[in-house]
Amino acid sequence: MPTLTRWFLKAALLYLLFALVAGVLLVSSVSKFITGFFPAYFHMLTFGWLTQLIFGVAFWMFPKYSIAKSRGHEWLGWATFILLNTGLLLRIIFEPLNAIAPSLMNSWALIASAILQWLSGFSFVLNTWVRIKER
Amino acid sequence: MPRLSVYFVRASLIHALLGFTVGGLLLANKGVMFSPTLWSLLPLHIEFAFIGWMAQFAMGVAFWILPRFSRGSPRGNEKLVWAAFALLNTGILLVVIQSLFGVNGFALSGRIMELLGLAAFAAGNWRRIKPLEDKPRS
Repeated sequence: MPTLTRWFLKAALLYLLFALVAGVLLVSSVSKFITGFFPAYFHMLTFGWLTQLIFGVAFWMFPKYSIAKSRGHEWLGWATFILLNTGLLLRIIFEPLNAIAPSLMNSWALIASAILQWLSGFSFVLNTWVRIKER
Repeated sequence: MPRLSVYFVRASLIHALLGFTVGGLLLANKGVMFSPTLWSLLPLHIEFAFIGWMAQFAMGVAFWILPRFSRGSPRGNEKLVWAAFALLNTGILLVVIQSLFGVNGFALSGRIMELLGLAAFAAGNWRRIKPLEDKPRS
């Protein structure tokens, strides 16, 4: 298993763990202190866990791009990992904060999060598309 | 990777990009509201992300890696799985058309097509969910 896949899968497992903890908190008595956290919780499951798991396994298992670059442009894979996790962390921090106390910094952090997460998806598609081929 | 998996996975990547784009716009709109009506695109984000991206990607990869048959068509009834591909993507398109343009009846037809697509996929691959066959001894 390539190093990048190990990072993707371990990060995905951590997000699953965090999401399940958040799921407990959201139905407990502390839920009134974390209003606006539900979308972040949901995206920890769908983006941090499921999508990140798919990204990691696809990077590992998909057909080779070429003999010299079996997994395509590896730097794009690393860029995907960094963009996804930075973007998602920004969302997890600033979306609930913005719901409680809207501010210019929170607003722009959410925009940055949106751009980073979109770029992670784009870089994944870019690197994976060339590896989807018939044999 | 078989041709049908190539189609499934490429279509799923297109849906992923569409889903990420709509999701990104929704999140950015929470930061700085540039369109009060943008929130109405939430069903599109969900449709692209869950059905078009995740479900379709899983179907494409499953068709590729599930155990094959040693006799007859190695991947079972491929016509059913081609039908699944067509039904699923047409279904998503119909749901999207209703979400964007408010054409009544399209979402219901689309969801039924998605359901039939999944049923066709399950029927086409059900028997492939099995232990690996022993290789014949020479």
